[in-house]
Amino acid sequence: MSVDIATVKRVAHLARIAVPEADLPKLQGELNAILGFVEQLNEVDVAGVEPMTSVTPMAMKQREDIVTDGGIADLIVANAPASDDNYFMVPKVIE
Amino acid sequence: MTDLTSLTLTEARDGLKAKTFSATELAKAHIAAVEQARALNAYVLETPEHALKQAGASDIKLAKGEGGPLEGLPLGIKDLFATQGVRTTACSKILGNFVPPYESTVSSQLWRDGAVMLGKLNNDEFAMGSSNETSAFGNVVNPWRRVGSNVGAGGSGAVEGAHLVPGGSSGGSASAVAANLCLAATATDTGGSIRQPAAFTGTVGIKPTYGRCSRWGIVAFASSLDQAGPIGKTVRDCAVMLRSMAGHDPKDTTCADLPVPDYEKAVGRSVKGMKIGIPKEYRLDGLNAEIDALWQKGIDWLRSAGAEIVEISLPHTKYALPAYYIVAPAEASSNLARYDGVRYGLREGGRDIVDMYEKTRAEGFGAEVKRRIMIGTYVLSAGYYDAYYLRAQKVRTLIKRDFDEAYAAGIDAVLTPATPSAAFGIGEKGSADPVEMYLNDIFTVTVNMAGLPGIAVPAGLDSQGLPLGLQLIGKPFDEETLFALGEVIEQAAGRFTVGERWWA
Repeated sequence: MSVDIATVKRVAHLARIAVPEADLPKLQGELNAILGFVEQLNEVDVAGVEPMTSVTPMAMKQREDIVTDGGIADLIVANAPASDDNYFMVPKVIE
Repeated sequence: MTDLTSLTLTEARDGLKAKTFSATELAKAHIAAVEQARALNAYVLETPEHALKQAGASDIKLAKGEGGPLEGLPLGIKDLFATQGVRTTACSKILGNFVPPYESTVSSQLWRDGAVMLGKLNNDEFAMGSSNETSAFGNVVNPWRRVGSNVGAGGSGAVEGAHLVPGGSSGGSASAVAANLCLAATATDTGGSIRQPAAFTGTVGIKPTYGRCSRWGIVAFASSLDQAGPIGKTVRDCAVMLRSMAGHDPKDTTCADLPVPDYEKAVGRSVKGMKIGIPKEYRLDGLNAEIDALWQKGIDWLRSAGAEIVEISLPHTKYALPAYYIVAPAEASSNLARYDGVRYGLREGGRDIVDMYEKTRAEGFGAEVKRRIMIGTYVLSAGYYDAYYLRAQKVRTLIKRDFDEAYAAGIDAVLTPATPSAAFGIGEKGSADPVEMYLNDIFTVTVNMAGLPGIAVPAGLDSQGLPLGLQLIGKPFDEETLFALGEVIEQAAGRFTVGERWWA
């Protein structure tokens, strides 16, 4: 399978990465090189094979359903590009 | 007195205990070496005051005969590990001046055991790369040069040869250890990022079993593959480092609740009677003759030490790398969705919030990271998930099954080359086709796909005078066997150190 320019644009938007028109053909070529490389997986007979979900078989531990953390709002916003009164500030999202 | 930076980690530990020198003297020697080696670009942040403060505290403990297993030993920390109050960037512009208010579990265990931090080490952006050429802080230079090369030496006359890459993604860690800019370093390995740079720099690197070290506080790349481990000067040094780095952490649900052995005790243990598998699928068409000869030497060394050599088959080996280039980008596209310009790091203004996201991510991520996010987004998108991602995860099951069957048949460990070549020149690979660079990980990536431990040990020099490594792959949570076998190779091959400090 290979991707066309329209697909590259759509994927860039899904990934929330702005790609200038002029860069699309180069990116298309690189993505197709990678997709061409992974194509060989189609040779493998995977009938009846379970997909891997965990590389080491282990039961996930459960912990007490209690509050273990909190009261650190100032630390949480400390690295924010824009914050006010311990809220993250973003451009307006509703009209 | 000998140059303190040329000591191994365990020699320095013993010297501190014997009071031959102080932790402060040891830290000062390393701080000076780091300052003189900026041409290598191994450190992206130097923290000399921090180091001296920790060393001072260590000296007080050592004077009283106290202190942990790493007391007073100066280390470098890959910039993927969150360090409280010390800038952590994953070498990406998108994290900007991120200063974590918390400490990664692995690094906190190093400080618990008395280690001293010299600074943060360069790596490929978000650990995506095999040459340390994708870092936002620029390329790392390998302290090794080809025979006859005088590049970087300054002075007059013609420059012969080019700077070489240290491998990646833990290129800063490998370069710093090889150039004596720290006694050992932390590193991470998602597809070969500890073992490949170790092989390129004549250092030892171990990626432990998935789940051996906590991933908490380490910037995530591909969560089902990422694992922390050390790069050190010797097998013994790595054993000492891993003991401190490993262990259960309730903050990482994939971190195994198993006791951590005293790995140093496994160094020097007999390997007599062990069965070593030689996978025929690793004997690639067109395999570099020098690598092939080195592999044979490794076989001979282990046989002389009493191990039994058995040819084995791991039939799905060739599919590990293509499956990796679906699984790893898919997980990365999900993990890296968090970098949106809202909670930390870079923000570029936009018309609305989506425009802000798109501009921030376009500006903040480098080319390789963008490529992988887009591949991951594509293979997870509606209509393609089954054809790519699901199929790759099924292939992954088969790759792991290959190893399970070999181990069930009595194999104790597998011996392979670590890399398909020695270190190459900066700018030499991958500029036209990204897959050319990806092929560097062909021998290491299966290990991540199967969650197994793997160690790279230097085993010789090639005709250009550059180090080459061998890889040993072990059973899950049996790192001890790798240390025992790695020591046999190190004893037989000797250590390989950079001859001339041309950068200083």
